[in-house]
Amino acid sequence: MSAALLIDILLWGSVFGVGLIAFRRGPPVFKASLREGSMDFINIVPRIALGVIGSGYIAAIIPQEVITGWLGPDSGWLGVATAVVAGAATPGGPVIGFSIGTVALKSGGGVPQVVAYVVAWALFAFQRVILWEIPFMPARFVWFRCAVSVPFPFVAAAIAMVIGKP
Amino acid sequence: MRKPIGWSTIIIAALVAVSAGLVWRRDGTDGVLEILTHDLSLFGGILPRVLAGCLLGAFISEILPHEKVSRSLGPKSGLMGLLVGTAFGAILPGGPFTAYPVASALLAVGADFGATIAMVVSWTLIGYGRAVAWEIPIMGTDFTLWRILISLPLPVLAGALGRFVYVRIYPQTAAKDDEN
Repeated sequence: MSAALLIDILLWGSVFGVGLIAFRRGPPVFKASLREGSMDFINIVPRIALGVIGSGYIAAIIPQEVITGWLGPDSGWLGVATAVVAGAATPGGPVIGFSIGTVALKSGGGVPQVVAYVVAWALFAFQRVILWEIPFMPARFVWFRCAVSVPFPFVAAAIAMVIGKP
Repeated sequence: MRKPIGWSTIIIAALVAVSAGLVWRRDGTDGVLEILTHDLSLFGGILPRVLAGCLLGAFISEILPHEKVSRSLGPKSGLMGLLVGTAFGAILPGGPFTAYPVASALLAVGADFGATIAMVVSWTLIGYGRAVAWEIPIMGTDFTLWRILISLPLPVLAGALGRFVYVRIYPQTAAKDDEN
């Protein structure tokens, strides 16, 4: 709870800070950006609503055990590829993603595969993409960003294979 | 920012409808309503942050000097631009409700896809926020630091790949960017 409060204070503090800078450029600048921000908000709300409510349903049909199962001891590049798909398909927030990674490490999952999983989760976790990235950013950018990011969990796994365990 | 309804929204809506249908078949109306109630309260909780994110993005795109942004993060900013984007993503505080509006604002005032990709990828892979709040407590300090070390080159590489691909699949847009 206190962490959430801290985030909100930081967030609204930043809004206030940049708002003040805009205000000192002159009230018209301030008013124009205030109007623009509010319009963006109104446009984004339906998309966020769809993202929040929708990802709840998508998450409900992907059991967590399936994801954990994909991160088994299957070593090699097939294991890395499975881990990448698992990372993108993991429902929920950071607690679930990192917990699955920890479980996989403890139950004998390969280190490169777990690295690929965590990196793929950070890059592609569908809930974050649907809920935050697509509503806030131009759709063309999001798809493009996801497409060019595809090689990088594999690159991370390769680096992990070369430099060894933590 | 973009139109309220686009292809992405339609695809997501279809995916959601199918999932909700599957939940209904498995858990009945109660199961569907339970998820709906839970997610509606979640939605109400994040709305203020969404508003803050939108205002932050709008103010930032207003106060940032456009010329400077397109010089240091634009299509011709080279490796330096990718490094600036990476550094910016790594130090950006807050969560997705700050990172994506700010990235969108940068895109609007002259950053190119490459530098913006570097920023977003850096925020998600080497940003300290999630690492400190979640990854270190759950996965341990050793794994987290080691994982971040491995991830260090990735934002710049992703941004470079983004630029490389962008000028090839959108040659006309890229040429127009050059004129600016």
